[in-house]
Amino acid sequence: MQRRTFLRLSILGAAVLGAGAVALRFTGRASPEAARNDARVVLRAAIPALLAGVLPPEPGAREAARQQALDRTMGAIDGLPEGTREELDQLFGLLASHPGRWLAGVDWETATPEQVAAFLQRWRTSSFDLFVVGYQAMHDLVLGSWYADPSTWEAIGYPGPAQL
Amino acid sequence: MTTSPAPINDPIAAGIARGWKVVDASTLVHPRQIECDVVVIGTGAGGGVTADLLSRAGLAVVLVEEGPLKSSRDFKMREADAYPALYWESAARKTRDKAINILQGRAVGGSTTVNWTSSFRTPPATLAFWREHFGLADYTPEALDVHFARAEARLGIEPWATAPNTNNDLLRKGATALGIPVGTIRRNVRGCWNLGYCGVGCPTNAKQSMLVTTIPAALDRGAWLYTRTRALRFEFTGNRVARLTCVALAPDGLTPTSNTLSIHARHYVVAGGAINSPALLLRSDTPDPYRRLGLHTFLHPTVISAALFESRVDGYAGAPQSVYSDHFLERDPIDGRLGFKLEVPPLHPVLFASTLPGFGAVHTELMHQFAHAHVQIALLRDGFHSESRGGTVALGSDGMPVLDYPLTPVIWDGARRALLAMAEIQFAAGAQKVYPVHERAEGYSTVAAARAAIAELPLKPLLTRVVSAHVMGGCGMAADERRGVVDGRGRHFQLENLSVFDGSLFPTSIGANPQLSIYGIVGRLAGELAARLSGGAAPILA
Repeated sequence: MQRRTFLRLSILGAAVLGAGAVALRFTGRASPEAARNDARVVLRAAIPALLAGVLPPEPGAREAARQQALDRTMGAIDGLPEGTREELDQLFGLLASHPGRWLAGVDWETATPEQVAAFLQRWRTSSFDLFVVGYQAMHDLVLGSWYADPSTWEAIGYPGPAQL
Repeated sequence: MTTSPAPINDPIAAGIARGWKVVDASTLVHPRQIECDVVVIGTGAGGGVTADLLSRAGLAVVLVEEGPLKSSRDFKMREADAYPALYWESAARKTRDKAINILQGRAVGGSTTVNWTSSFRTPPATLAFWREHFGLADYTPEALDVHFARAEARLGIEPWATAPNTNNDLLRKGATALGIPVGTIRRNVRGCWNLGYCGVGCPTNAKQSMLVTTIPAALDRGAWLYTRTRALRFEFTGNRVARLTCVALAPDGLTPTSNTLSIHARHYVVAGGAINSPALLLRSDTPDPYRRLGLHTFLHPTVISAALFESRVDGYAGAPQSVYSDHFLERDPIDGRLGFKLEVPPLHPVLFASTLPGFGAVHTELMHQFAHAHVQIALLRDGFHSESRGGTVALGSDGMPVLDYPLTPVIWDGARRALLAMAEIQFAAGAQKVYPVHERAEGYSTVAAARAAIAELPLKPLLTRVVSAHVMGGCGMAADERRGVVDGRGRHFQLENLSVFDGSLFPTSIGANPQLSIYGIVGRLAGELAARLSGGAAPILA
């Protein structure tokens, strides 16, 4: 990790996240629709990095698979209880905000999968628990919901449940 | 041409057809006032046995369950459907710091609907500790023997006589090569098809969960079952519970509505599992003069070691757990450094993909080896060492429970020994690569490389994957009110018509998969309560 990035994460990260959490507490929650849009923006960028080697290379098929992964992830979030969804709203709301983008070092709409992968790796190995938690939430949601779908099973050698 | 097999009978559908009194509260349009002898909150191992015994004694029983009523016709062996429908938080319930993922059932039958069927009696060493430290004098193997035996007979608990699947057999093979003894797991099944999908609801009703045994028995005797009903709080008059207020959930099963159910009973039984039971008592501002409530919640914190083999393992197929080893539980005194039980988990794509660390090409590469993966788990025996005092259940701002569970150095000491032991057993079984499940670990190709790496891994929350499927404690029992929330009969010390009959009774962890401990101990306690309330003899599970 570059020293500049590390400093950005370590010194300002906690402050920004802390401020974000405080601000959310004072201003209340963003509207559910705004929160969902924030989640879509971040996850859309994170999916090609998390599922590298899984998404097909051909652009049309790749975009369709990316959309499927996004839909499945959003579906998984919908099934979580209110308190957990609120926490995820905070995470994605912050990451999609200007300070959050600066903190992550990623502009979600224009970032390459490599840039997003570098961000994910920084958060995964961060000494800030909050960042590791954020990374693991995206990891579990995107990868878990991807392999929930029968269309993904052939590639991993899983025949699926027996027909009774 | 083969003939198609006979259709699987759905005992729930049949029971509803013959007039069971089952109410999905999400369909109610008006509040309800309910009167009964006993209301039982929760329908898992504790609630199921309680409802069976109380109804057997002729008492009018109402069961309250927050989850839905699902049955074999709903159980399609798909994780995507099962986790949101049958588990707390879609099988992703977590401790406050998110460092421990907890698998806990949330449907009629509770965790028994989704557990992996492993059945062990409470180990004698655990009972001895309870007698010595909590004054529970009649918790002896001899006194409990008849209660375990009745539960075993009722639920078809027998050693698994079929050959273990490859995933389990590799634990046997590797351990045996190292001179580590293993045992055959006893399972609560009848006519098991050996499919391997116990964790997503048994599609053939072979698993003798509460869903297909005790609860149907209670409903056949006229008990009422309210589903999608959240027990909110008790009201008290003096030293008695006067009322239980519940709220109906919306059809999504998650969102509370404004519709309430007000239940008045002679006696109240709390059996919502060891996170929800203390939370209900906390929400109710239950008297707690010695500050015992919600303390000492135990999880059997579990660490994971994955391994790849040249030939297929097909860890999704066959009885999920049939081989275990208690070798590492028996090496040290029970209150010494933490021992661990070795088992294997079933492998299914969603849980496997979300549990494997890493992302992108590394993760994809491992997923392609899914059918060749063998995984072991080590369940640490918490609650006996003086620096393993468990976690604390508190309430979040929304009134829902939050569990703080500090992963103390003695737990990490056990975790490191467990990761090492599992890697050694996996290599002894012929593993090509071993992956301790940790954000900074890699796949290791030799036992020497694995040993060196495990010795140096920073074992910290979040970096190390820690999971749990066994939640215990929080309303611990003891001989006196300074040491526990309830007495050795499960009766609340300060409230005379309130009992706790579930895993939250346990003053430590069990040191084994807890379902049979709950069946046997609650079988005794609920029988006593039934005798007291009915004035007759104590009914028995049969």
